Amino acid sequence: MKKWLSILMIMLLVLSLGLTGCSSPAEAPAPAEDEEEVAPVDEDVIRIGVFQPLTGANAAGGALEVEGSRLANELYPEVLGKKIELVVVDNRSDAVEAASAVARLIERDNVVAIIGSWGSTFSMAAGDLVRDNQIPTVAASATNPMVTLDNDYYFRVCFLDPFQGTVMANYAYNGLGARTAGIIREVSNDYAVGLARFFEQAFIELTGDDNAIVEISDYNTGDQDFSSQLLNVSGKNPDVIFAPGNFTESALVIQQARNLGIDIPFIGGDTWETPEFIEIGGDAVEGAVFSTFFTSDVAITKESETFLTAYREQYGKEPAAVTALGYDAYILIRDAIERAGEVDSNKIRDEIAKTQGFEGAAGAINLDENGDPVKSAVIKVVENGEFVYLDTIQPF
Amino acid sequence: MSFELFLQYLTNGISLGSLYALIAIGYTMVYGILRLINFAHGEIFMMSLYFAFYGVTMFSMPWYVSFVMAIIFTAALGMLVERAAYRPLRDSPRITVMVSAIGASFFMQNLGIVIFGGRPKAFPNISLLTDVIKIGTVTLQRLTLIIPVVTIVLLFGLLHLVNKTKTGMAMRAVSKDHETARLMGVDVNRTITITFGIGSILAAIGGIMWGSRFPQIQPVMGLMPGLKCFIAAVIGGIGNITGAVIGGFILGIGEIMIIAFLPDLTGYRDAFAFVLLIVILLFKPTGIMGEKISEKV
Repeated sequence: MKKWLSILMIMLLVLSLGLTGCSSPAEAPAPAEDEEEVAPVDEDVIRIGVFQPLTGANAAGGALEVEGSRLANELYPEVLGKKIELVVVDNRSDAVEAASAVARLIERDNVVAIIGSWGSTFSMAAGDLVRDNQIPTVAASATNPMVTLDNDYYFRVCFLDPFQGTVMANYAYNGLGARTAGIIREVSNDYAVGLARFFEQAFIELTGDDNAIVEISDYNTGDQDFSSQLLNVSGKNPDVIFAPGNFTESALVIQQARNLGIDIPFIGGDTWETPEFIEIGGDAVEGAVFSTFFTSDVAITKESETFLTAYREQYGKEPAAVTALGYDAYILIRDAIERAGEVDSNKIRDEIAKTQGFEGAAGAINLDENGDPVKSAVIKVVENGEFVYLDTIQPF
Repeated sequence: MSFELFLQYLTNGISLGSLYALIAIGYTMVYGILRLINFAHGEIFMMSLYFAFYGVTMFSMPWYVSFVMAIIFTAALGMLVERAAYRPLRDSPRITVMVSAIGASFFMQNLGIVIFGGRPKAFPNISLLTDVIKIGTVTLQRLTLIIPVVTIVLLFGLLHLVNKTKTGMAMRAVSKDHETARLMGVDVNRTITITFGIGSILAAIGGIMWGSRFPQIQPVMGLMPGLKCFIAAVIGGIGNITGAVIGGFILGIGEIMIIAFLPDLTGYRDAFAFVLLIVILLFKPTGIMGEKISEKV
């Protein structure tokens, strides 16, 4: 009996670990496009795939980007006299699912180009697939350098984490006068780990003190109790805590810090800019500062105006930065198709790679040889339950 | 580490452990009576949070009314799951029932996504529970103190129910042998339904306190607490109610302390629970409080 029970339980354990791996369920609500059977070969329709987290930990971020791509699709529904159809699939905030979502877009839906994904981890998981199948892919807000590195088919329309990390280190050093910092990062997220490292490098360089980062503490996506990590970090009395990670977990981190009587300021990265961050964090996240891509306060380009007017009309609120990027990814691909003059994935790729001085809603896009743009960063702060614009940092 | 800091860690650990304990009781009771690991328990826990959430936000009921309603609805849901997913398989092999349990779990998760949406929601903030107080040098939320008290009170209530009442006697009889219990005039199905109801009530109470402490809810959130509380039940000796509570405390305090004393391992916190499970299964498969029972063929 003993043996039988233990074998059974070990089997169960393995099984349940398997379940955690794909924690998001099989029958997520699919957008209408998703329910169609195998795409009929229709000469008059061009399909662009979108893979985003629509369920699971990162759902809110993915949803914001899809809003942008859809809006762009409504404003610019055609290219080369053909209708563009967006095929949206859910990657369930899971790297394995991200790869299969992209495989489905390529094999079943015959898309010519792909947009996505919120979360560098998911974009990286899809990297090999889009390269091997030669489908040009544009990430909207994936900031980890590895996404486009050594991948001729992956591009992006946002800045990179080395820049973002430096911006936040500068803000901590100059803006807050911090000389020591603690880091709490979401260790299962490539974005957070990368950003934390770039912040660390930049901050150490600024302070000239190798021990300026007093403590690094980790948590996993989906964790809910951060009290011990917080006590570890606050025990070292840093001037500021840099906490890159997913919006829900980050909001809980800050809230629990305040509940533990820790009043050290928190700063973070672009993932914080979702309504959920404020809803969940409540009063605790007041004063939290983060870097992001775009502010709706200042229309940077003519395209920004078009985007802002259309968005405000349709949603009756201010757009998030990632929504503007989801929009930009779409219009960049559409423009490349137009320049290519025909619907051929490789020609489209070449045209995207040539992009220079392209006017996006979130600023001009000039892609370098890696497929990365050089863009300015915006710093925002949470004030009275809203994201308020603080400053724009030009690329150095 | 200073003593004050240690106390701060300890209070956090105890309150986390109490939450685990409440949910672990549900696993252990069902296992005790049906020899079934109710994988849907984590989802029942998740549903209780949504019931409470919608009670407050959509029907704008006062929180205490909403919480009571949530507990009632969750109990009904637990009994419904038993009725729909387990009772028809009463005479099937155990593995069939277990597959059905996993199915029920996935079904509820997906149902949650369809009905509630995949984006996380903020659980209502009840300042009576969440206000921050300071005791000496230890800063904590009122909830941190309330949770262990509730857990202990419920534990004693439950022990009384199982050991001193007629229903409890029926439960114990059914857990020993369904057929014989039936011959003795025990309504086996009714007893099992009651067991599921009680387990779900505890999951709902645990859920509501969980939501107040970690105010973020989403349809897939039942998985991790579900797994951990199952582990807590195994550590304590699955089938034993006091054991489940002890297992919950060991797990909660252990998770917090491992980070406190080994800060380099913060990223491996979840692994702690699973490593502990493996160790227990290797050296004492019946758990801390588990009794030796000879398998009947």
